[in-house]
Amino acid sequence: MNRGRPAIWAEGLRKSYGKTLALDGLDLRVVEGTILGLLGPNGAGKTTVVRILTTLLSPDAGRAEVAGLDVVRQADELRSRIGLTGQYAAVDEYLTGRENLEMVGRLYHLPKREARRRADELLERFDLVDAASRLVKTYSGGMRRRLDLSASLVFSPPVLFLDEPTTGLDPRSRIAMWDIIGELVSGGTTLLLTTQYLDEADRLADRICVVDAGRVIAEGTSSELKARVGGERLEVTLEQGGGLEDAARVLERYAHADGGVRVDAERRYLVATVAGGAGLLAAVVRDLDAARVKVDELGLHRPTLDDVFLTLTGRAAEPDATGDGELRDEKEIA
Amino acid sequence: MSSATNAGAAKVRHHSKFYWALADGFVLAKRNLVQIPRIPELVVFATIQPVMFVLLFRYVFGGAIDVGGESYVNYLMAGIFVQTVAFGAVGTGVGLAEDLQKGLVDRFRSLPMARSAVLTGRTIADLVRNLFVVFVMLIVGILVGFRPEAGLAGWAGALGLLLLLSFSFSWIGATIALLMRSTEAVQSAGFIWLFPLTFASSAFVQTDNMPGWLQTFADHQPMTQVIDAVRALLLGQPVGSHGWRALAWCLGILVVFIPLSVTLYRRVAAR
Repeated sequence: MNRGRPAIWAEGLRKSYGKTLALDGLDLRVVEGTILGLLGPNGAGKTTVVRILTTLLSPDAGRAEVAGLDVVRQADELRSRIGLTGQYAAVDEYLTGRENLEMVGRLYHLPKREARRRADELLERFDLVDAASRLVKTYSGGMRRRLDLSASLVFSPPVLFLDEPTTGLDPRSRIAMWDIIGELVSGGTTLLLTTQYLDEADRLADRICVVDAGRVIAEGTSSELKARVGGERLEVTLEQGGGLEDAARVLERYAHADGGVRVDAERRYLVATVAGGAGLLAAVVRDLDAARVKVDELGLHRPTLDDVFLTLTGRAAEPDATGDGELRDEKEIA
Repeated sequence: MSSATNAGAAKVRHHSKFYWALADGFVLAKRNLVQIPRIPELVVFATIQPVMFVLLFRYVFGGAIDVGGESYVNYLMAGIFVQTVAFGAVGTGVGLAEDLQKGLVDRFRSLPMARSAVLTGRTIADLVRNLFVVFVMLIVGILVGFRPEAGLAGWAGALGLLLLLSFSFSWIGATIALLMRSTEAVQSAGFIWLFPLTFASSAFVQTDNMPGWLQTFADHQPMTQVIDAVRALLLGQPVGSHGWRALAWCLGILVVFIPLSVTLYRRVAAR
């Protein structure tokens, strides 16, 4: 066991599709047994990174190693040490759940009996036993994702890649997926996970890399990133004739030093970045009340990917502004 | 050994690359075959079309076509068999294009399986499907008056040639799919090259009545060779040079199109 040696390591990865630059010198490092969240909007290059690291795509420049193997020169060897679950379920609609898993097992070159045993084990673990003999085309979105994820675990790979594992899932399936992913890593698997959702990265990842336009623009733990964003967002909307200036003065007291308070007079709306913490909301309400400000709506919001982006890049993360590089992903989501 | 050894690895048996290329191909062929009865409309349509051709030529055009001493239905069926398996190449292309559009190919490519298996699995499955359709056509043929006079060797030879043509044309279909990618394009492009080969051949008429330039083409192209050889074998007539010419064409197609499509597959999938 090579202590401290990264399970995933990439340096200066570049890739373009025609004129579209998908990766612009991306560096990455994931310590063995940890989860890295690759956070970014659509078109940031997340999927391209995953495709390169899983040997599906060759980089134009740069190098990468996964499980100690070069992703280009040792691609054949590497494929038996990784598992990949893509953004859209890569399972066969006209096979049953069990047939899908057995097929994948056979393609990992497991003997027939072993492939069958492993399929049963995974169906059990992912709560798909009842649906095991049904064609996958009858599965719900959440079931497909679970089957897809279990297919990437057939060979118990030491390094696992999950490309937007919860995109398109309803909230309940999403949380179920999070629980499953959490369990995986307690078993020592190294995991690289891409996501568009800060809360997902926050909940699952040990470290987060924020990706934009093919580069890593920030890296750290989720609390480090949040500290850079400047904590939570306090939003207040006032009633007609509600004393905007008084409210602004109150919010100043709680606002983060460099954030300040932004006021939109027309909508009678104020927003301030605050440190958050227990009792903050109550204190703000008391103070506003004391200043005789008539509040219509008041809320504390946790920072989102948009906030992270706004802070790091000065612009919003627009999910619509995708490059050609991930067109295919968009199509699949729709 | 690095720490990156997986639990499953110990259970993997070791064989040569060639062994795995075949084994992986069969795993995927099985996958394609079990799907056939689950999407019955595919087989139904693949069968209805040649049945229509049999009825059309047997009862509509057949009376007006002179094929020398032979009864027209006996002449016709070899052409129908060859046309049926040749058109199967479109099915190969469409199936492959559909696979390529799904995320499933990404999974296959991230597995330690033979690169060629997606293609061999598809072409082997289509061979089995074509065998089935030829069997159905044989029954239809006999119902409308087809009376083959082949012995066991003749049947074996005819079937062998049909399957070889089916397999080699499937690889052409696969190559087209890898060039076109979109299912719709593959569907139409897949037939374009098959029409001249099928109709400018000895499938439905004798080539003697064609204009000279067309006859030259018709007499030398692969489908005529296979049709003439299969016809002779089924009717117990001398095969002449058609047998080895048919064989040479099919093997030639395989030698060119297998490596070509495997190369294209690597490139297409590596996008």
